[in-house]
Amino acid sequence: MAASMTREPVLDRSLGWFSVGLGMAELLAPKAMGRMIGVGEQSTVLRMCGVREIVSGVGLLSGRAPATFAMSRVVGDVMDLALLGASLRSPDSNPSRVAATATAVAGVTALDLYASKVELQSSMAEAQQDVPVHASLMINSPPDQVYAFWRKLENLPRFMSHLESVAEVAQQRSEWTARLPGGVQLRWQSEIVEDQPGRLMSWRTVAGSEINHVGSVRFEPGPGGQGTQVKVEIYYGMPGGPAAAKAAQLVAMAPESLVTEDLRRLKQLIETGEIATTQGQPAGKRSMIGRMFGKEES
Amino acid sequence: MRAVCWQGVHKVGIEEVPDARVINPRDAVIKVRKAAICGSDLHLYDGYVPGMMRGDILGHEFMGEVVETGSGVPNLSRGDRVVVPFPISCGNCFFCEQEMYSLCENSNPNARLAEKFWGHSPCGIFGYSHLLGGYAGGQAEYVRVPFADVGPMKVPDAMSDEQALFLGDILPTGYMAAENCNIREGDTVAVWGCGPVGLFAIMSAKLLGASRVIAIDRFPERLSLAHRAGAEILNYEEMDTLETLREWTGGRGPDACIDAVGMEAHMHGVQHAYDKVKQALRLETERPGVVREAIQACRNGGTVSVPGVYGGLADKIPLGAVVNKALTIKSGQTHVQRYMKPLMARIENGEIDPTMIITHRIGIDDVPDAYQMFRDKEDDCIKVVVNMAS
Repeated sequence: MAASMTREPVLDRSLGWFSVGLGMAELLAPKAMGRMIGVGEQSTVLRMCGVREIVSGVGLLSGRAPATFAMSRVVGDVMDLALLGASLRSPDSNPSRVAATATAVAGVTALDLYASKVELQSSMAEAQQDVPVHASLMINSPPDQVYAFWRKLENLPRFMSHLESVAEVAQQRSEWTARLPGGVQLRWQSEIVEDQPGRLMSWRTVAGSEINHVGSVRFEPGPGGQGTQVKVEIYYGMPGGPAAAKAAQLVAMAPESLVTEDLRRLKQLIETGEIATTQGQPAGKRSMIGRMFGKEES
Repeated sequence: MRAVCWQGVHKVGIEEVPDARVINPRDAVIKVRKAAICGSDLHLYDGYVPGMMRGDILGHEFMGEVVETGSGVPNLSRGDRVVVPFPISCGNCFFCEQEMYSLCENSNPNARLAEKFWGHSPCGIFGYSHLLGGYAGGQAEYVRVPFADVGPMKVPDAMSDEQALFLGDILPTGYMAAENCNIREGDTVAVWGCGPVGLFAIMSAKLLGASRVIAIDRFPERLSLAHRAGAEILNYEEMDTLETLREWTGGRGPDACIDAVGMEAHMHGVQHAYDKVKQALRLETERPGVVREAIQACRNGGTVSVPGVYGGLADKIPLGAVVNKALTIKSGQTHVQRYMKPLMARIENGEIDPTMIITHRIGIDDVPDAYQMFRDKEDDCIKVVVNMAS
């Protein structure tokens, strides 16, 4: 990736070395450090902070994903401020030293925030405007059969998990409704651009849709004429205006893995006639974390 | 219904859970008559297999009676007595068509998780972590069996529950381990681990024509069963394994070596301490002492066959020996469906008596204690069969 004009490597590097130095001190001499900043005997907490500082510092110095590591410093600063506040409740803390330390941390926080904002802006400027999605899967069935299953658009919600409905409203034109996690509904109309039976289909969304994309699906004979290699390519356009948030949510859901999971279900439906699941099977008492994941259990 | 549930590391309990039911058209529900605790269940018990959740129903070795079938299971009817293979396999995909059932592409609903670990996913497996599908297992009164038109095999009236039970996993697993050795007349096969799979591998190696089978373990009761199965025995607490194998084979080494131990191998000295610490710190997921030794012992151009379970990353595997000795390594979860019919025939004609390995017969309430007993090899425990009807 080309270096951007707005990057400030000097600030990154200074903050990076500061992090590493502070981290080493916290890790290796937590007791002395605790006395110096006035929090008293907090060796374990300070050692943990030390490890975090070193990770942020080495990250910043490496020059990779600077926006992420700069932001990690901001998060660390907020943690430090919270810990300092909490330390006041401890009997061996020294309130005036804690106050001085907090002032110093707040100053560093301002620098960190500045650095991370600069990084974020520069990475936004480098971001691509279109989000491409590619996915491909082998299906043990001849191309014309896989094509025929897909071409019957009402079949699509059977394996595309976020799709609520697809209805053909006119020649080559269809109306789509999807529901994203959190209940957000997306609607769009799509028109078929190319349709070659047994080989490929391509489509694009029509003006006025809540999400813009162009896409194609190819049905290529597998090696040696065995089965079908299904290849999906979609390009999502990032719109401005009120639709931007919805589109961003869709993209944040990692559309590539969504499409891959959809293709997997398509393969299961075509090859076995059903979709493998464990939903509805018995289990013993789940832990709290287990119950949270249980909703997603497939 | 009552079921054996994983409740955390070293915690297994009996819980009252909703009844198993048909979910997909190709499902059947089996009323379990006999279930077994497998050595590989101990890796779950010890917490070395990732992707377990509190409340998961355990068990992948079971047989029983069909009580309900979906519309896509024309081959089974209520009352049929069946033994169920542990791999869940669709019978339609690229791999099932080639009888590589444990690599079924369609039965693991969590394939994406397994792909993150291993690049590709194997089939779904009953009661063996969410990485392998999160399917409820068969150490329960009832169990749902997906793709029941492919997996379960009817048990003839003349065959007892116990004779049929091990056709679902350990007998085919031992057999495939031996088959993977490409045994030829006159071959010597060394088998590490004389647990159930090791014992069946010994019997199978003999059936497949091995002239000599050398069995390696340290527990006298296991070595004595190995001896009964026709093996020469090597107690590694009394003799140095590598030196003894070299001596017994005139310096050449065994033609094939079978690791029927897997990820929690017990070894001696520094190596054992090293792996134990690294495994405890989760710096490696395995203690691969046996596979290291098998590679080292195997003759030039020989085969190392690994039916033992490994889950993740192992350290210090002597790859140099693999290359310079031109070894073949074969492994895999067992393609059980491929072996059930021929092995059932061998049981029927008396060539194999699978029940000889059973040491304990218990009811469901004793299962939690049995896990601990089996893990610690107390009371000479080799194989525990749970009578679910009791």
